[in-house]
Parts: sequence; C-alpha cells; structure tokens
Amino acid sequence: MNRIIGKEYFSDKVVKLVVENPLIARSRKPGNFVILRVGEDGERFPLTIAGADPVLGTITLVVQIMGVSSSKLVALEVGENITDLVGPLGKPTHIEHIGTVLAAGGGVGVAPMLPIAEAFKKAGNRVISIIAARNKDLIILEEEIRRWSDEVIVMTDDGSYGRKGLITAGMEEIIKREKIDECIVIGPAIMMKFASILTKKYNIPTQASLNSIMVDGTGMCGACRVTVGGRTKFTCVDGPEFDAHQVDFDEMLIRLGGYIQEEKRAAEIYSQKL
Amino acid sequence: MWRAELRAKTKNKDRMLIQRVKMPELAPGIRVKHQDREVNIGLNPDQAQTEATRCMDCSNPTCIEGCPVSINIPKFIKNIENGEILKAAATLKETNALPAVCGRVCPQEKQCELRCFYVEKLDKPAVAIGHLERFAADFERNSGVSNIPETEKPNGIKIAAVGSGPASLSFAGDMVKYGYDVTVFEALHEIGGVLKYGIPEFRLPNSVVDFELENLRQMGVKFITNFIVGRTSSFDDLHNDGYKGFFIGSGAGLPRFMDIPGENFNAILSSNEYLTRVNLMGAATDKKDTPVLRGKNVAVIGGGNTAMDSVRTALRLGAERAIIIYRRSEAEMPARIEEVQHAKEEGVEFMTLCNPLEYFADGKGRVRRMRLNRMGLGEPDSSGRRRPLPIEGSEFELDVDLVIVAVGVSPNPLVPACLPDLKVTKWGTIVVDEEKMQSSISEMFAGGDIVRGGATVILAMGDGRKAAESMHHFLQKK
Repeated sequence: MNRIIGKEYFSDKVVKLVVENPLIARSRKPGNFVILRVGEDGERFPLTIAGADPVLGTITLVVQIMGVSSSKLVALEVGENITDLVGPLGKPTHIEHIGTVLAAGGGVGVAPMLPIAEAFKKAGNRVISIIAARNKDLIILEEEIRRWSDEVIVMTDDGSYGRKGLITAGMEEIIKREKIDECIVIGPAIMMKFASILTKKYNIPTQASLNSIMVDGTGMCGACRVTVGGRTKFTCVDGPEFDAHQVDFDEMLIRLGGYIQEEKRAAEIYSQKL
Repeated sequence: MWRAELRAKTKNKDRMLIQRVKMPELAPGIRVKHQDREVNIGLNPDQAQTEATRCMDCSNPTCIEGCPVSINIPKFIKNIENGEILKAAATLKETNALPAVCGRVCPQEKQCELRCFYVEKLDKPAVAIGHLERFAADFERNSGVSNIPETEKPNGIKIAAVGSGPASLSFAGDMVKYGYDVTVFEALHEIGGVLKYGIPEFRLPNSVVDFELENLRQMGVKFITNFIVGRTSSFDDLHNDGYKGFFIGSGAGLPRFMDIPGENFNAILSSNEYLTRVNLMGAATDKKDTPVLRGKNVAVIGGGNTAMDSVRTALRLGAERAIIIYRRSEAEMPARIEEVQHAKEEGVEFMTLCNPLEYFADGKGRVRRMRLNRMGLGEPDSSGRRRPLPIEGSEFELDVDLVIVAVGVSPNPLVPACLPDLKVTKWGTIVVDEEKMQSSISEMFAGGDIVRGGATVILAMGDGRKAAESMHHFLQKK
C-alpha cells in the first residue's frame, strides 16, 4: 500500500507523485487532504489531494520541497512505499452552481486548487482561474487548470512567464470586468491574506484553504488551530477551507512560524547528512 | 485445594504483621534527566512474595468488586505467594487484556485497594495489589514465555472496533475469546491510543504496551492502522464487507482550551499536542523529525493526571521552572496522589488556587508572560467540588515561555459526524445503555472516553468487556 507508481518533476522544486491507495482514491472528495509520514523517524505532515482515480485506485499529490519532510518524500523513487498515509481528512469543498467562480492559486496552492476548479466547472459554473508564482519554475499544472477553466491568467512576480505582477492585481482586473459570485484562494498565507482583503472590498464571498501546521490531522491536538470569526477552529476538522473574510490571517502567519528555529536546524542537519 | 493449604501455612495474625511494601523508585535527581526511564522500578521476587503473603485470601473478596474488569485478585496473588508467577499472569489475562498497563496506571487506591479487607476492616494500608499485578505481568514478559489465553473455535463473524485504545483493546480481547473475527481500526500510525500518545515513557513504556498488543495479535486480533472508519471507508462500506458488529472506542481526543486572550500565541499547546509530540513521535530525541518546543519557565494549566504527565515531561525536557497552575486547592486535584507526590519530589511547583486570565507574547508571537488571579473556594458545584471564585484585586503576572493547557478533553467528533442516526449528548459523547453499552444503532456498541468524556484506562477497559459480553449475546440471538 502507498506505493509510488508515478513521479514527475514540474521543476527542481515541485514534484508530482501518483500513489496507490484505492480506499482513499474512492472516498476522497475535492478539498480533502491526507497526512503522510516518510520513514519510521518521520514527522506527520499534511498534503492536499490534487487528484484521484478511483478506477485505478490512485491519488495524486503535488509537493514543493521546503524542508526535511518534503525532501524525504521527494527522495522516494517509483516503486517505493510511503511509510504512512491516512485520509481523506478535512471537510470537502462546498460546491454548488452559483454562476461565476474566480479561482486564485499561488505557487503550489494550484495543486489543491485543481480539483476544486474541476468540481465547480462540472457543477456548471463559469470558472476563471488565475495561477501565480514568483517565477516560471514555480508555475505548475497550467494545462490541467486550462482543462477545467473558461479562462486562465498566468502571472509571475518577475515576469519570466505570463503577465508580470502580483496575483491580487490580476484578480482585481477580473473583478472590475465582470460579476464574480464566489472566489477561492489557495496559496501561501500571506497571499491569501491580501487576496482576501481585496475580495472583501468588493463583497465577494471567498473561501481560503489554510495550510496550518498539523500533527495528527484528526482533530486531536489543536496544533492547527486558527481564529475564524473570533472563535477558535481546527483547520484539520473544521476546515481546511474557511470563509476567508473571517480568518485572522495575522495570527495564522504567527502560528505558521511557531517552529521556525527547529525547522532551520533540522534542514541544516539533513543537508549535512546528504 | 492448594489455596486452603497456602492459607493454613501462615496464620492471619502473622500475615497482618507484615508492613506494606514500598515500591522502589528511581531517585528524583536522576529521573528528571530521563524521559524514558520508569520512575517506579518494580518489586523484586522476594518483595513480591512477601507482599503477597499479606493477602488473607478472604472468603468474601471485596477487592474483586472494586475492580472494573473483575480480576480474580486473591487467585493471582496467592499464585505469587506460591511461587507460581506465570500462573498468576495467566489468571490476570483471564479478564484483563493489558495487565502490565493496569498494574502501572490504574488508580488502585480508589478501586481494588480501597475495598481491601485491610482498609475496610483494619484501617491499615491495603495489600499492594497494583504493584503485584505489575510484577506478575512484567515477570511473564521478561521470562520469554508467553501465555496465550484460550479462545473458542472461530465462528467466522466479523467484528470491527474503531480506535485502538484501552476500550477497544479489551473489547477485542474478549470478543476474540468468544470466537469472533475481530479487526481493530486505528486512525493513527501506531496502535494503543492514549497508552502510546498520552501516557509518558516514564510511567508506561511503549515497549510494555507493544508486548501486550502482540499478545492480542497472537490471540487472533487483527489491527489496521492509518484507517479512519467513516472517512477512509464508510460504515456502510464495512457493512458491505461483512462486518456484523461495531464497537466505537474512538476516545476523547479533542483538546479543550480556555478561550482566553492570547491563547493562540506560539508555545501555548494543548496537552494532547505536547504529549503526542513527545510520547508518540519521540520529539525529545534528535533522531526523530518531529520537533517539540522546550521552555525554561513552563506553566501547565490543570490538575489531573494529564497535567502531571505534561509538567513532569517539561522538567525532563529541560525546564528550570515547571509549574502546575490549578484553580482549586490541592485536595480537589483529580490526579493520582502518587503522581502529585512524584511531581513534587521532582521539583514541580504547585500554584493552586490560581487561574489564568491572559497571555502576552514577544515580537515574534511567542508567549513570554501570563496574567493570573487568585481564587477562593465557594459552595460545591455540580461535580461536588467547591466552586472556585476569583478574588478581586488579586491579579499577578508570571514569566512563562511555554504553556501546556491540560484542562480536559472532549469526545473526538469524527465518528459521530459520520453517523447522523447515532444519538449523542450535547457534549458529543455517544449515548449508550449503561448495562449493555449499546448505542441507538443496534449493532453499534461504544465505551471508554467516547461515552464518558476524559476518564481512565481501566474504566475504558471495563466498558470494553461489558460491550463484548453484551454484543456477543445480541449477535447470538440474531
């Protein structure tokens, strides 16, 4: 179980893995995530399920190399097993036929955005997708997103691909151009914060998919807690998607930095070992 | 026969002269340096035999009534006195799937030992039933000889247990003895539930738990990890796979916070998170990838066993000050007296009659200070304990750089959320018939913390046993 049957490098930092897990492939819905562990000494960490094939019994994960755990995952070869994999976790995205949906994905956030764009398109919505990243190397899944969108805008901070500029600039243009009924934002917390401020200005209902630190992922520990609408919620069981306008992104950004020293140290030790 | 002979060998009045054995303990100075060294070292064979001699093998053993899993206490103790330790272990296993666990973590002082003849009639210290149980279980484990309890012929009926903590383990142990085909499903990557993630190595080593789990495997219990019943597969899927009975033992793994300002700053953790990082994920060692935050001035909010476990772990992880903050007085603390005692010996400070009000952080969002006020005790509340009331004008501040919130746990909502027909209370506990442990869905039984809220290992095991007996009758009638 959990055998890697496909591996593809989108860039030297972003890798797509296709993993055998028939039960999760069958029961998963868009918006769900899994918790994984690589090796007996590995930590538990979450990844959104970017896609699934219930017939073949596989799920697709997209990993950006950040620190030790993502490096260990990406170091696995086709044919090897992921030590532990559990899911599907989290509340699935609420999908409905609402009109026009603006899906804004930053960096590796485009991977979890893909199944959501697909679901909204299949539900009969007009889907406009904006995918953005720092540079060309970090733009992923453009073809797959095009398949499920009526329009796609690609943006890079440095202009190395697509249009030059921040995702919020692209979003605002579209919002001014046509009526948007709902917005989805997925990406680095800072991106979601500013995207949310933008859509709030225009009163567009917005869902953000949060990438909080997790340990168990089943609601047991509270590591992933976030304040939404003044109340504490757990990203793993109440989310991962929340009403973006209610999320305290500043607090979330602080909490994301909770283990920065430990992460740095671990990455140093790991790179020395290699 | 042998029991009568053994009783005759020593007169009761001589038995009564023996002083209750004192459990040898690792010195506090040594043990605070080691997360993984047990505090209680265990009795040696001489100590065990002498202590076993104190037991008078009463014709009406009230001690058994005090045991939630009805261990035949006089029988196992007399086997120890007779030098037949493996037989003692076998006696324990007749009713208790996890004797080495219970011997360590049960509050015997509130259960079997409280009902001991010595306590009830002589006003003397009880026979050290818990220490003897641990002795017998450890002896068997170390002997290399494993006694697998007998099971009935397999009847081919598939049973699912959800969660692999003490409730499900004891349920599974009994069901497999009845001949059922039992599979225990666990959401985490390790089996044992709170035995593995909650109770620290210095109280209950995971290796001891693993040995007892292996015993269940030998009896035929199957375990599947990384499987969330209701999510990975639905209950309907399991029905279609042929499962005829379900036991929900998914526990009270939902942490409670106090909802006070600043509680979401960094370095404020639930006890579940803290203990899971250290006990389950081994975060205290560099070898393991999972990190844990360490503090010099650590405050643990709460007064139960979990709070004791958390504060003593913090000490072992290098705290210079490890403080228990509890809103009532020490007399009201729910923690076992032994745990409080050990904590004090290790240098834990107790700030009782204090309650947190607010936390303050540094520029990076990490907690650095907290504000508290002092409490007085008023009239008893619904729990029977005197209600803590804030004393006006008593606010003060404390420097802290790590806070563990151990104020209680609630039932994990995952399973009830998947079963709309399952009747639950407003607190999220599953409603069951108290004698049968049967829920509002007839083939679903439940026990342990998912029914009781945060309680003990042994009560969970008692529920598991009750549920097994009751489900067995339910299925046989069908």
